[in-house]
Amino acid sequence: MTDNKHSETICTQHNNTNILNLALWTLAWVASTALLRFGAEYIWDYNAAYSIIVLITHLALGAAMIMVNVKHLANLDELQRKITMDAMGITLGVGLIAGIAYEQLEDIKLITFEPEINHLIMLMAFTYIISILIGNRKYT
Amino acid sequence: MKNRLKVLRAERDWTQADLANALAVSRQTANAIEKGKFDPSLPLAFKISRLFNLSVEEIFIDDEAS
Repeated sequence: MTDNKHSETICTQHNNTNILNLALWTLAWVASTALLRFGAEYIWDYNAAYSIIVLITHLALGAAMIMVNVKHLANLDELQRKITMDAMGITLGVGLIAGIAYEQLEDIKLITFEPEINHLIMLMAFTYIISILIGNRKYT
Repeated sequence: MKNRLKVLRAERDWTQADLANALAVSRQTANAIEKGKFDPSLPLAFKISRLFNLSVEEIFIDDEAS
């Protein structure tokens, strides 16, 4: 059992490292989103060159975040991966269905304001978190 | 799918954590398999059978066959 415990400890350390990496890349991507949104307005006065550089950096950080997420998924055990993939599937479905319906609300005059992408992102985030919690509870 | 993991584990005086460590999975996964809430993949089922020196059929009981 000692060797197995050692290998499991290494496995757990890998998982923790992957989670930390994912958190750092996500943080960097969120920061670049804020810089892209507010930098043009408050820092470089809509200079196109700066905006393009920050946009490319933002996309590159997004791509890196996706790769780290894929690596994180690959290192989960099969039940953890199932819970995560189920939550991702539900989130994608809810995002698609709710997003299209929400976008139509203004067109059919049920709301007077323009639909915001932020609302959809928040809905998807809550859906993902709740799906993960339900998945974990189901297999406990 | 039912299984004999709890009995086999008890015979060896292993905890769920010991089993999880031996299979390189989380304790949650070992617990879910043992309770029959989650069916392991074929590679993991073979890993379990090697761990206990038994065939897969001696550990897992096919509900549809019974």
